[in-house]
Amino acid sequence: MMQRMFPPLIVLAMIFFVCAPVFIAWAPYESTMGLVQKIFYFHLPSWAAMFVAAIVCGIASVVFLFKGRVIADRIAVASAELAVVFGLIGLVSGPLWARKAWGVWWQWDARLTMALVLWMIFVAYLLLREYGGPGSEKLAAGVALFGMANVPFVYWSVNVWRTVHPTTNVVPTLVPGMRGALWWSLIGFLLLYALAMMARVRLEEQRATLERVYRELDD
Amino acid sequence: MLCLLLILGIGVMETSAEEFLVQSMQTSQQDEFVPIDELETEDQLPAAPLLIAAYGFAWIAMFVYLWSIWRRLARVERELASLASRTTER
Repeated sequence: MMQRMFPPLIVLAMIFFVCAPVFIAWAPYESTMGLVQKIFYFHLPSWAAMFVAAIVCGIASVVFLFKGRVIADRIAVASAELAVVFGLIGLVSGPLWARKAWGVWWQWDARLTMALVLWMIFVAYLLLREYGGPGSEKLAAGVALFGMANVPFVYWSVNVWRTVHPTTNVVPTLVPGMRGALWWSLIGFLLLYALAMMARVRLEEQRATLERVYRELDD
Repeated sequence: MLCLLLILGIGVMETSAEEFLVQSMQTSQQDEFVPIDELETEDQLPAAPLLIAAYGFAWIAMFVYLWSIWRRLARVERELASLASRTTER
């Protein structure tokens, strides 16, 4: 079923990404930041996709730890990689926007620092899986749980602490022109996440098949 | 009569104050032609290169990642196919 869904999802994702620049260009300019504010339409969706990836990785890790389901471990690895990729997009687009909007590339405030730490947790997950040796799957699953637990803290940090980053109140109060472009980009990024997940999980399944074949040949 | 005069006087004062405020704003706005090289550094920065860099990086990062998945998958499937052909030859 997943393989049958792949081609139509690719077409849908392509439509979203081809049309996104048009909607972003049509969106009104923000009064104080002007053109540079349009980074928002990729910056927020990339972090949203990162949060989704982190949560999926955490849930899959819980299932792997407590039920021992191998497919859950494959989903966790795939999602952790995507959390790192989308997080990296957010960590690069943010400072590019900040340089113009705040006058600095980076601020060690609550939101930015916690977001960087969250990204580093999933980098640590991948390093553990790659170099941790036998048994590192369960240790990495524990790291993923910790990462997932951090997501709500990162999200609410702007409302709890005084930070330079805009609060979560910005999105619900967007004007229709901006809201439409944001939702379009967000759906595009989430489709991209779904597609990349399918491909990456297939890679893990094929690797597992290859390992099984080699073991059978050795026997 | 005195109250009426008082009310009229306050009304005149408010109107003049409002006109003065509008005039002073217009005056300050007309005085605000500041050359770009006298602005703060962040206000002098052009936004387009930053916007293009952000979007460009997002596109390139996703493309590189998807290409890496495709490459790894192709390598594994090639190896599986080669193993399958070796076992059938036996």
